[in-house]
Amino acid sequence: MFTAPEISYMAFAPMIVVLLGGAAGVLVEAFIRTPATRRSVQLALTLVATVGALGVAVVQWATYSPDSAGVIGQTGYFVMDRQALAWQSMILIFGALSALLFAARTRAGESAFTPLGSAAPGSPEEAEAHRRGLEVTEVFPLMLFAVGGMMAFVSATDLIALFVALEVFSLPLYLMAALARRKRLLSEEGALKYFLLGAFSSAVFLFGAALLYGATASTGYGDILAYVLASPGDLTLIIPGAVLVLVGLLFKLGAVPFHTWSPDAYQGAPTPVTAFMAAATKAAAAAALLRIVYVALYPLEWELSWMIWTIAILTMAVGTIVALVQTDIKRMLAYSSVAHAGFILVAFAGFSAEALSAVPFYLLTYGIATIGAFAIITQVREKAADGTVGGEATRLGQWAGLGRRDPLLAGAMGLFLLSFAGIPLTAGFIGKFQVFAAAVDQGGWPIVLVAVLASAAAAFFYVRLIVLMFLTDVPEDQQESVEVDYHPYTRVVVWITAAATLLLGVLPAGALALASDAGTLLTGL
Amino acid sequence: MSPIAFVYLATVLFGIGAAAVLTRRNAIIAFMGVELMLNAANLALVAFSRIHGEIDGQVMAFFVMVVAAAEVVVGLAIIIAVFRARQSISLDEPAELKG
Repeated sequence: MFTAPEISYMAFAPMIVVLLGGAAGVLVEAFIRTPATRRSVQLALTLVATVGALGVAVVQWATYSPDSAGVIGQTGYFVMDRQALAWQSMILIFGALSALLFAARTRAGESAFTPLGSAAPGSPEEAEAHRRGLEVTEVFPLMLFAVGGMMAFVSATDLIALFVALEVFSLPLYLMAALARRKRLLSEEGALKYFLLGAFSSAVFLFGAALLYGATASTGYGDILAYVLASPGDLTLIIPGAVLVLVGLLFKLGAVPFHTWSPDAYQGAPTPVTAFMAAATKAAAAAALLRIVYVALYPLEWELSWMIWTIAILTMAVGTIVALVQTDIKRMLAYSSVAHAGFILVAFAGFSAEALSAVPFYLLTYGIATIGAFAIITQVREKAADGTVGGEATRLGQWAGLGRRDPLLAGAMGLFLLSFAGIPLTAGFIGKFQVFAAAVDQGGWPIVLVAVLASAAAAFFYVRLIVLMFLTDVPEDQQESVEVDYHPYTRVVVWITAAATLLLGVLPAGALALASDAGTLLTGL
Repeated sequence: MSPIAFVYLATVLFGIGAAAVLTRRNAIIAFMGVELMLNAANLALVAFSRIHGEIDGQVMAFFVMVVAAAEVVVGLAIIIAVFRARQSISLDEPAELKG
C-alpha cells in the first residue's frame, strides 16, 4: 500500500527557487528571440535564482534553534540539516560566480560557447551561425538544473533520491562540456569521455544500491544503518554493495583510479564550465560521500577503511606526479584537482567527527580558488600576427612574463596557486590543516604523512607557474603573441574569489565557526 | 524457480555490460554496455523486491527507467555531434586529448 508522503515544502524552498528559475529560463529561451537581450535576461534570472535561494538558505539556517540540527524535508528521503544547508549555500555561491563567467565575453564580443551546438565544426552552418550572432544561452538554465540537482544530492538520505539527483546534475554537465566555442573537436571528445565514464559510474553506483537494497530490504540510509548494526555477521551482500556505491561516488569526486575522465573533461570543456564543474561537482560528491559514510556505513569502518586509505594515497600520488609533467595549464589544474580529491579523502581516515566540518571548509576554499584560477585562464588569450585575439593561451610557456603584462591579475593567480599548495595566510592552508587534523585525531597519522609529502611535491608545480609568471622574461618572439583580455564580470569574479581566499586564510575564525555548526547530520527518520 | 537465480543473472549481465564499456572501442557499443548495466541493476532490484515481498525496489526500477531514457537522449546527442564532426565514433580515433 502506498501512503502519501509528508513533504515540508518550506524546507525545500532553496531548491524550489533554483529549479523554478531553471524552468523560467527554458521559457525565456522560447520567447525572447534577440540573442543579446536573451543573454542579459538569462544572466539576471540565474543570478536572482541563485542569490535568492542563497538568501532563503541563510534565513533557514538562522531560524534553526542553536541546538537543532535541522528539519526533515521528506521522511526517509531528504533532510535539510545544517550540513545540507552549508553545502547548498556553497554550491549556490559557486553557481552565481560561474554564471558571471558564463556571461563574460572577450573584447571582440565573443562568448565562451559555440553559437550552434548542432553544427559540425568548420561547416557552413557554423559559419552562418557565427555571422548571425547566435548564442547558446541554454547554458544558464542547464546550470540552474545542475545546481538544483546538486542541492538535492547533498540532502538525500535515500539511494533512490541520491541516484535521481546524481543524474539530474550530471546530464546538464555532459551537455555544457560539449559546447566550447574554440577547439570544438576537443570539447566534444572530452564531453563524450565524460559522458561514457559518468554513465558507467552511475550504473556501478546503481548496482551497488541494488545490492544494498537486497541485503537490507530498504533503500533509506536509516534502515541500512539499522540493519548493519543489528546483524554484523551476514555481510555477503552489503560489503560489495557498499563498495560499488562508494566507487560510483568516488568517480564523481575524481579519485584515482576513477579519475580518467576529469583531465579530458576539464581541458575540453569551455573554461567557465570547467570552473563550475571543478568547484561544484567536487563539493556535491564530497558531501554525498560524507553523508552516506557517516549516516549509513560507519559501522563497516573496519571493512571499508582499507579501500579509502588505498584510494586516498593513490589519488594524492598520481594526481601530484602526473600534474608535474603537464604542459597545458587547464590539464595541470585538472590533475591538481585529482590530488585535491586525495586530500579530501584523507579526512575520511578513521571516520572522525571533525571531518563533518573540515571537509565543507576544505571544499569552500578549494572551490573559490578554482573558480578564480579558471576565471583568470579565460583572460589570457592568444593574439595572431594581424592583431586578432584568439582562444585562450593555455600552454604554460605562454604564461611567461604575465606579471609584467598585468601584475594584478598575475598576483591573483599567484594567490590561488599558493592556496592550492596550502601555503599559510591563504585559505588553502587552513583547509588542509583542518582536514589533516581530522585524520590525525583518529590515529590516521601515516596517511597524513603521505598527504604532507604530496602537498610538498605539489607545491613544486604551483610555484613553477608563479616563477614563470613573475621571474621569467617574455621570450623575444612572443612579445606580441599573448594578450590579457578584459571583461568586468570576469574581473569581479577574480576579485571576489581573491578577497575570499585571502580573508579565509587570514581571518578564518568566522567561517570555521559556521563550519563547526554544520558538523551535524540527521538520519532522516 | 527461486528469485535468487535472477540476482545471479543480473550479476552476470552487469559484468558483461561493464566489460563492454571497458573494452569496446565503438562509442555506441560502449553505450549499449552502460544500458545493459542499468538494466541488470533493474533486474536485481525487481528480484530483491520479490524476495523481500516489498515494493521499494520496483519503485526504484521505474525511476531508473526514466533516468536511463533521459541519459540516452543526452548521450546520443553527444555521440551524433562527435560523428558529424569527424565521421567516426571510434573511441580510439579521437586522440586530441592525451596524457
